[in-house]
Amino acid sequence: MSDNLFEIRNVSKIYGPEDTGLVALSEYSFSIPKEPAKIITIAGESGSGKSTLGELLLRSSPPTRGEILFEGVDIWKFNDQQKRDYHRHVQAVFQDPFGVYNPFYRIRHVFDMVLKNYRLASNATQGRELTEEALNAVGLRGDDVLEKYPHQLSGGQRQRIMIARATMLKPKFIVADEPVSMVDASLRASILDVMMKLRDDFGISFLYVTHDLSTAYQIGDQILLLYQGTVAEHGNAVDVITQPKHPYVQLLIDSVPKPDPDNPWPGEIELPAEEALRTPSAKGCRFCPRCPQRMPRCETESPERYDVGPDGHQAACFLYENGPMPSKTKESMSVDESNEHV
Amino acid sequence: MRNPETILEVDDLRVYYATPQGDVKACDGVSFDLRSGEILGLVGESGSGKSTATGGVLRTIGSPGRIVSGTVTLDGEDILKYDDEKMRQTRWQKLSLIPQGAMNSLNPTMTISDQIADVIETHEGRQPADALRERIMTLFRRVGLPERIYSMYPHELSGGMKQRACIAMSIALDPLVIVADEATSALDVVVQRVVAQTMLKIKRELNVSFIMIGHDMGLMAQVVDRLAVMYSGQLLEIAAVRDMFARPAHPYSEILIESVPTLTERKPMKINEGITHDPRNPPSGCIFRLRCPHAMPVCSESRPDMVEVHPEQLVACHLWKKDENGSYVRQSV
Ligand SMILES: Nc1ncnc2c1ncn2[C@@H]1O[C@H](COP(=O)(O)OP(=O)(O)OP(=O)(O)O)[C@@H](O)[C@H]1O
Ligand code: SF4
Ligand SMILES: [Mg+2]
Repeated sequence: MSDNLFEIRNVSKIYGPEDTGLVALSEYSFSIPKEPAKIITIAGESGSGKSTLGELLLRSSPPTRGEILFEGVDIWKFNDQQKRDYHRHVQAVFQDPFGVYNPFYRIRHVFDMVLKNYRLASNATQGRELTEEALNAVGLRGDDVLEKYPHQLSGGQRQRIMIARATMLKPKFIVADEPVSMVDASLRASILDVMMKLRDDFGISFLYVTHDLSTAYQIGDQILLLYQGTVAEHGNAVDVITQPKHPYVQLLIDSVPKPDPDNPWPGEIELPAEEALRTPSAKGCRFCPRCPQRMPRCETESPERYDVGPDGHQAACFLYENGPMPSKTKESMSVDESNEHV
Repeated sequence: MRNPETILEVDDLRVYYATPQGDVKACDGVSFDLRSGEILGLVGESGSGKSTATGGVLRTIGSPGRIVSGTVTLDGEDILKYDDEKMRQTRWQKLSLIPQGAMNSLNPTMTISDQIADVIETHEGRQPADALRERIMTLFRRVGLPERIYSMYPHELSGGMKQRACIAMSIALDPLVIVADEATSALDVVVQRVVAQTMLKIKRELNVSFIMIGHDMGLMAQVVDRLAVMYSGQLLEIAAVRDMFARPAHPYSEILIESVPTLTERKPMKINEGITHDPRNPPSGCIFRLRCPHAMPVCSESRPDMVEVHPEQLVACHLWKKDENGSYVRQSV
């Protein structure tokens, strides 16, 4: 048996025809060990391919190229039993905790449906016990929530209930796609805290898909930053966020609005006029048209991932071709600081 | 006393939604003012009534909702007394809206420029083609959109461009006030920064006032001049954004500001959950008391009034009491 829970090997996902379609994920390899459980954050702007990876892992659609192994077996070569097991072991929690609830049913219904569909309990008492266990794992009590209607709970509670529902199936892995983007800051903490608890106490790994770098920084073990389907930077969440190396990641981190009225965004930025460069035939670094440090070769060659720091901290940028210190960009095209064109 | 620069004054606005189990008081006695050329932020969790309150101001509340009482004074007149025709003229011309999910509210079958032309011609009648085109181009330039999008359809634009197209439309008739409902929430940080910059630029150049609804405290800190905090249909605090961040006066504002995650310090998250009440059956007294870490007996007895505890900082919480000199101090509990 493999020591890896997941092994993603050279996976590409292209929507539309292979040669002209939209590359949502390009030549991507990564493995997720069985132990210790980790929260792996995947971040990037919308359309960068972050949800695509989640969908591929959930087996919602097959990769265009490459393969995804789960415990050593290609998930697209599963037999029926393996498929059923997989759908229990890999669960999903999505963005809108309200949308998935039927407003006319009490919360109890969510759990009753899982118990029924997966035949988890042989009688009502056992079912109630399993429900209680799952709710306790996310810090809730059955008596407080089961008889309520969805609107009577806070967004944070609704989202934790979806996580409780997922944990009833004793999953090994949960894909959490933007689980906190709909709730306000005061409730976010409780959801993120539950994710960390499930990781530490139950050994469940997470793929935390988000565009919010600050929460990724708070809870992520590892982070992958995607730009147009390619990994721009990868490493420990703390390293990547406190010492970003890729020019795109630097821009991204600079743009996160600081919760401090006296600390405004540095300068003004503009978006590029054309948002091209998204087909497989496009040459060069994908960030090149927006990059303030671009060099002539960036237009024609695609950078690999170079080591930029300890623990697998890597960035896909030619600046680091010769090691972690950025090479002097004597040939770089200079940009006006006050109005950098990104 | 009314501030001379006040352009919009909302007083004790109540908007309720009828449901089979009783009314939801989604906006329950909300009062605030908006000054000329400022951006007022309105924050609160999902369902707290931000869109309902501004819907009351714009009079866009439809059944099962209704405006129960209150006044909305715009440029000296109570617009809640306007008949439908007068209100129709006021919308876009004086008060315009960038609706929640605006990018998806654009008509997919019409080009962006036709949609803007439509707004202009509906209010001002047929326009000479050349002048109209020039006017739309000017709007595009204002919001930083390239001319080449003139004949494009919404699906041909990125999210940030669609959002800026909505801003262009909202300023087409030179309004006094623009309500931007979560105008940047669906966007990525970089694009969000560009759209926010656009709003700041419009504010500076056209001297319009914005009510900016959102829930990202970081963004609010960057963009707004004053901030109002809403919870379950009520306004709990309103203050200059600097004061709000430096010394939040309401326990809920305090929690909101404390729980903003930052990129500078990895720290244990502060968890505050508490119970959310059924909106049809709010608690007696203070609306926040079921989640408040400082709730006292008086909090279940009466709803705290909005009082000015520091200059221009208004808060509704029983923790604040007048001392013998008549100034407000916060009790320690
Ligand atoms: N048509 C309706 N019928 C009944 N209740 C409604 C209706 N529309 C809104 N509500 C209720 O009114 C309250 C306030 O809703 P509103 O949409 O104003 O909140 P919001 O602060 O804008 O939330 P969000 O951040 O999610 O946009 C909520 O409790 C909501 O469920
Ligand atoms: S009035 Fe009481 S319950 Fe309400 S916020 Fe103040 S202390 Fe808390
Ligand atoms: Mg709203």
